[in-house]
Amino acid sequence: MSENQIVNKEDLVVRFAGDSGDGMQLSGTLFSDASALTGNDIATFPDYPAEIRAPHNTIAGVSGYQVHVGNHIYSSGDKCDILVAMNPAAFKSQLKWAKKGATVIVDIDTFTEEAMEKAGYKENPFTDELERAYTIIKAPITSFTEKIGDAQGVDKKTADKSRNMFALGIIFYATHKTLDHTFAYLERKFAKKPAVITLNKAVLTEGYEYADKLEVMHSHIFEVAHADKMEKGRYRNITGNVATAWGLLAASEKSGRRLFLGSYPITPATDVMVELAKHKSLGARVFQAEDEIAGVCSAIGASYAGALACTSTSGPGLSLKSEALGLAVMTELPLVVVDVQRGGPSTGLPTKTEQSDLDQALYGRNGEAPLVVVAASSSANCFYWAFNAAKIALEHMTPVILLTDGYLGNGSQLFKIPSMKDMPEIKPRLAKENDPNYRPFRRDEEKFAREWALPGMEGLSHRVGGLEKCPDGPLSTDPENHALMTKNRQEKVNRVANYIPDQEVTGNPDADLLVVGWGGTSGALTLAVEEMNNEGKKVAYTHFNYICPLPKNTGDILRKYKKIVVCELNNGQFAGYLRTQFPECPMTQYNKVMGLPFEVGELKEHFTKLLEK
Amino acid sequence: MDTYGFHSIHGRACAIATGVKLANPALSVWVNMGDGDSMAIGGNHLIHAVRRNQDLNITIFNNEIYGLTKGQYSPTTKFGQITKTSPYGTIDYPFNPGELVMGAQGTFFARTLDCVPQLSTDCMTRAAKHDGCSVVEVLQNCVIFNDKTHAAITDRAVRDDRTIVLEHGKPMLFGKNKEKGLRFNGRQLEVVTLGENGITLDDIMVHDETTEDTGIHMMLAHMGGDLPVALGVIRNVKKVSYTQLYEEQMDEQMASGKYKCMDDLLNSGDTWEV
Repeated sequence: MSENQIVNKEDLVVRFAGDSGDGMQLSGTLFSDASALTGNDIATFPDYPAEIRAPHNTIAGVSGYQVHVGNHIYSSGDKCDILVAMNPAAFKSQLKWAKKGATVIVDIDTFTEEAMEKAGYKENPFTDELERAYTIIKAPITSFTEKIGDAQGVDKKTADKSRNMFALGIIFYATHKTLDHTFAYLERKFAKKPAVITLNKAVLTEGYEYADKLEVMHSHIFEVAHADKMEKGRYRNITGNVATAWGLLAASEKSGRRLFLGSYPITPATDVMVELAKHKSLGARVFQAEDEIAGVCSAIGASYAGALACTSTSGPGLSLKSEALGLAVMTELPLVVVDVQRGGPSTGLPTKTEQSDLDQALYGRNGEAPLVVVAASSSANCFYWAFNAAKIALEHMTPVILLTDGYLGNGSQLFKIPSMKDMPEIKPRLAKENDPNYRPFRRDEEKFAREWALPGMEGLSHRVGGLEKCPDGPLSTDPENHALMTKNRQEKVNRVANYIPDQEVTGNPDADLLVVGWGGTSGALTLAVEEMNNEGKKVAYTHFNYICPLPKNTGDILRKYKKIVVCELNNGQFAGYLRTQFPECPMTQYNKVMGLPFEVGELKEHFTKLLEK
Repeated sequence: MDTYGFHSIHGRACAIATGVKLANPALSVWVNMGDGDSMAIGGNHLIHAVRRNQDLNITIFNNEIYGLTKGQYSPTTKFGQITKTSPYGTIDYPFNPGELVMGAQGTFFARTLDCVPQLSTDCMTRAAKHDGCSVVEVLQNCVIFNDKTHAAITDRAVRDDRTIVLEHGKPMLFGKNKEKGLRFNGRQLEVVTLGENGITLDDIMVHDETTEDTGIHMMLAHMGGDLPVALGVIRNVKKVSYTQLYEEQMDEQMASGKYKCMDDLLNSGDTWEV
């Protein structure tokens, strides 16, 4: 290795982009795992098309994976320092995500006339202007990879599957990292296919060495700061969907209730079910139902029979579950509904993120049908919010909707591994066998929740169902009773507020401007507010995880600020919800409905304008 | 009866029962539905419960009408029948629940009449004993909105000639004096009379409810018109139930699975100390 100039950076964003079969998701995952293991904080953002294999070399088929590594990482980053573009379509569509001056690595072999035409290029894309604006490395990735394959007796088509390893090799060189972690991964993953290990290791190494031989690379090696602000402890990398699944498992262990998940596959929520299906040894009873309705209904049945019952879905699936959610409200059974939100309405943008199911979660049922709504705000804290949703459901005898989104669910983050003994207790409200005073809808004074008598328990046989009941259990259409039961169901949900912590304000609480966020946008909002305060622009920030009911001090916070901006990835659903409860507080909105997460830059720009007004 | 009950939402009873059984396989779970519930709004749930062969006992009270909404045609209403929503006669071809169950690879199907309590009790008892999904169709009258819909077979005057009660291992005989029987003529079932045209007991088919092939059971379930409507247990075959397979997998994983508790899982794979 010749004399290198290493550029030290607090953080670095790398974006891998290629055709949807090019293995970009894997490259990104391997890079983020290697970074985490070598001491960086990380956040990732997979940005992939809905089509499994869109037509080859088209912009519709471009699959991206962004990794943000560094000292203290809140979000997956706005724009990238290094872009890998495996074909002309990726180059054309992804260059807008590169910072000016970014290192851009392209597989120059793919820039054939035909592929460039498919990407919409009429002439050579590498204009002088572009070459000046970026450091473009035109690596012959395909031909190098095929040559290595040839030497090992592997045909071109098979060898091409390892092109991503060449690119990854370059990235490891450019980020001053070793190949050890990926070697270990390959050995583990392909233990039964030694030829695959040999090929991929050789291509990865070749990519690394290719970079070493490039003069330009020597001044473009980035050493990213290690995470030194992280709390001591044991860490792992985790995606939001896996964290959600694990949170439910943890709640099952803690509550002593069998975990049941009844679900139907739907993007981007499927991985919650996929993960739980692996864990029968931990008692997870997963049922792949015939449709979304059967998913939630089987969960309601399981809940009636005494399980910690859950169903996982995304927007259109939640629509299908609406009627059954009304039944869960009416029967006052514990139920956790995980909604990994995606772009809507209808099929919408299945693989893209959005926060537009809030109204549906709050109001999407017939009748007066209140339930609890909570939202996770990072991939890692999906674990705690899933746990928390289950705790509320079991202790307050109510369905709970947990809102996450595609960004949190598919994205990953470092997760400080908790010890189960430190997790809060969960005490399900089980009735006592042969209790002569048991009544199905008798409530306790504090929580206003009913007791859970399970089929098979002696002396408690009873009926529940969708028809209105009186507190003692039998059906009733009495007008006064309906009014009372409606009030009681609402009161039970309202009283959950007595068991949740106060809402907090971060940033500079004495600012004029209060930024309000909820759910999956906390990374970008936190960073935007932090940077502005560091720059001397005073901004306060409050982020909501408890949506319904809201923390009891919400009004006190909102009434303190002259200017409020509610930021969300929809057209203003949370803002509307807050306005109905706090009409005295004037609120502005910052909304984005593009299927993409917030960027720190756009937020700061908007907040700065608000401060200047 | 000392039972727990869940009056669910229209059509979803099978799905809810599926969850009950999965959460607590020790329970004896019964699902009560009508022809609208099971054949229309909840048709999907019924066929999948039957296909999985989950250990549920399903009864379908078939009165060939939507009674609770006051008289609209159902998926089992006779073709051409005039109802509130078919003032000029239905042009919907009806379902035969038995055929639907066979088509979904059902392992137990029985049919009974509301007016013959003993036969109903027999069918329900057999259904309860069946390991797997059992479906019992009860041909039921709706006094208000579809009176006498089954009268053509249930009236005492005609019942013996228009219905046949099948019994496993016994010849398929019917009629007041068991003088008539069913014969398979190589292409289809036909009614023959003992002693006529040289017909003897040897010509009469013997009912085998356990044959795996659905062919003959489908033919029996389909009967009507010139042929007597089949009652009793038409099909009862052995096939490992979903419930049993599920519990076996659970037990195996609980015994041999890598992770015994959440702490194991949380600390599995790539982790590191900060």
